[in-house]
Amino acid sequence: MNRELYPFPGGLQIPPHKELSNAKTSLITPLPDSIILPLQQHIGTPAVPLVKTGDKVLKGQIIARADGYVSVPVHASTSGKIIDIGNYTVPDPLGLKAPCIVIEPDGDDVWFEIKPTHDYASIDPKDLQDVIREAGIVGLGGAGFPAHVKLREGTESAVDTLIINAVECEPFISCDDRLIREKPGYIVNGTRMIRHAIQAKHCVIALEADMPEAYAALKELIDDDIDLIQLPVKYPQGGERQLIKVLTGMEVPSGGLPIHIGIVMHNAATAAAAYRAVIRGEPLISRYVTVSGEVNDPRNLQVLLGTPVKHCADQCGYEDKEGQAIILGGPMMGMYVNNMHMPVIKTTNCVLVTSTYNKSPEMPCIRCGQCVDVCPEKLLPQQLFWHAHAKNYDRLREYHLFDCIECGCCSFVCPSNIRLVQYYRKAKRQITQDEQTRSGADHARERFIARNARLAREEQTQNNELLAGSDIGELDKQAFIQAAVERTRAKRAQLGKQENSDDDQE
Amino acid sequence: MTGILIVLAFTVVIAVLLYYSRGEVPEQEKLVDIIDSLLPQTQCGQCGYPGCKPYADAIVHNHADINQCPPGGRNTIRQLADLLGGEIKPLNPAHGKAGPKRVAFIDEDICIGCVKCIKACPVDAIVGAPEQMHTVITLECTGCELCVAPCPVDCISMLVFVQGGRRVKLGPAMRTSS
Repeated sequence: MNRELYPFPGGLQIPPHKELSNAKTSLITPLPDSIILPLQQHIGTPAVPLVKTGDKVLKGQIIARADGYVSVPVHASTSGKIIDIGNYTVPDPLGLKAPCIVIEPDGDDVWFEIKPTHDYASIDPKDLQDVIREAGIVGLGGAGFPAHVKLREGTESAVDTLIINAVECEPFISCDDRLIREKPGYIVNGTRMIRHAIQAKHCVIALEADMPEAYAALKELIDDDIDLIQLPVKYPQGGERQLIKVLTGMEVPSGGLPIHIGIVMHNAATAAAAYRAVIRGEPLISRYVTVSGEVNDPRNLQVLLGTPVKHCADQCGYEDKEGQAIILGGPMMGMYVNNMHMPVIKTTNCVLVTSTYNKSPEMPCIRCGQCVDVCPEKLLPQQLFWHAHAKNYDRLREYHLFDCIECGCCSFVCPSNIRLVQYYRKAKRQITQDEQTRSGADHARERFIARNARLAREEQTQNNELLAGSDIGELDKQAFIQAAVERTRAKRAQLGKQENSDDDQE
Repeated sequence: MTGILIVLAFTVVIAVLLYYSRGEVPEQEKLVDIIDSLLPQTQCGQCGYPGCKPYADAIVHNHADINQCPPGGRNTIRQLADLLGGEIKPLNPAHGKAGPKRVAFIDEDICIGCVKCIKACPVDAIVGAPEQMHTVITLECTGCELCVAPCPVDCISMLVFVQGGRRVKLGPAMRTSS
């Protein structure tokens, strides 16, 4: 199908390195010694544990429930015993520890009772959201945004186009490619199911030109209902805003969401996981992970969530060598981690071992302007760097720091080796933190003022009473007290009446 | 000569008019509010003034230094220096040490229900009644420590505040789906 494309500004052509891992069939990773499941594997509020140490759980059983609307439950990836609930190293740019549930697998891999639905079209779109939420589905592309929230946005306002994002634009990563080749039916049916859930008018699956096998596999299964589109290779085309621009020519407003312009986008793997959850009743407990770079046998793995990263790397012949860096995610946007003890979580798409990362020292900015040319969001990376360096947070806002998608193009081209994105991330974190402190302080001020007002009021009443008391003579005292008692009684009676009438209303 | 005098007199009149029309008082009041909005609102009084607003007022009118707020720490000093055009100074140790945010915790086994801490709390973050156990509403506590001294049985301790897990705020930039 021919569709007019609208190239997005900036961007880069970078060597894809996909050939390392995308030709081999994915392996099912053997059970590790322990499964570590963080309570937060998504954007939003962490889940709340439902189990305690020593409990026996089955595969697919909910072990932590969602807390609040922007949250999803966590399921046991295999059957076994809960051996600990505590803080463990998780994939985190700062190397922090976070609350996790640890399972010791019993090796039987017994499923919890699951409820498959054979025909999704018979389910009301609203109920479909709940099924998808209970299955713990989040965006598998990298950000981990709970999928049901996007579906709900879709049911609440009219959706023109549903876009399924199979543009795997970062170098080395080929897990979506492999998933599409091996399970094209899940992708296509998942797409149809999400379309049913949000009642979208049009539906597009987009992938890049360097995935011909995946294209062919999908082409065989789709009819006229879905547009399958191949795009010229360019990084960061898989970014939500960039892909929308390319396919529709529209831009998502600054600070806005795709739904504001009638678009909902899901990752291909998310669509597949949602379909699996509805049709087979299997929650999100495993995912495709690419292990690539300097390992003996780079390939894709089907990994149970919670499997230690080291265990995955070992399957691909990883050897610990001096000077190697480990990146979770791709080389452009992934996070550098110090060790491999953390588990694979819902958003872990790639484990990359490399020694060719940027080690050169940062030099002063020479104002060459290359970063401006490659920025896909049309920002001014130089100015942002300047103000981030000076901690001038008001100016950073004026220069739309929060529109930065952290794609890393500016850092990639910088001839002075400045890790620009790191400065932006740090500034964003600081600004968010400042804002939280500020709103807390404003709240405290309100309470302080309210308390002072109350104290003043109380003092005033006391003074009034004293004044009133001084007016009466000794003889009238009894009468005064009597009057006060009468008043109180009257008030009580009235209050009682009010309460009764309130009760009646209820 | 007369011409010069006329011009001079005119200048003086204009100068006097300008001086009175520059609206100094409202400007300064506004500045007090802006400074107050940068202070952490613990109302702890460690700065030597009876609250955040009085300290803001003292900075504007009495030339109080900007480095007297331990709960605000370096961040507040930096923001004040940015606003007032001064230099960033280290926190004055005479007023206390900066540290992570702390909140009051009442050991409910020891508490005798004397309500002294409730009266001391500037933000009404303690609930309780006479001879009934008291407790701190952790999310409302600003960590001012004003409740610690009045307690006759020393049952209040200040604990480091840890927010439940890692909460990530939603921002549009985090929603790339590639």
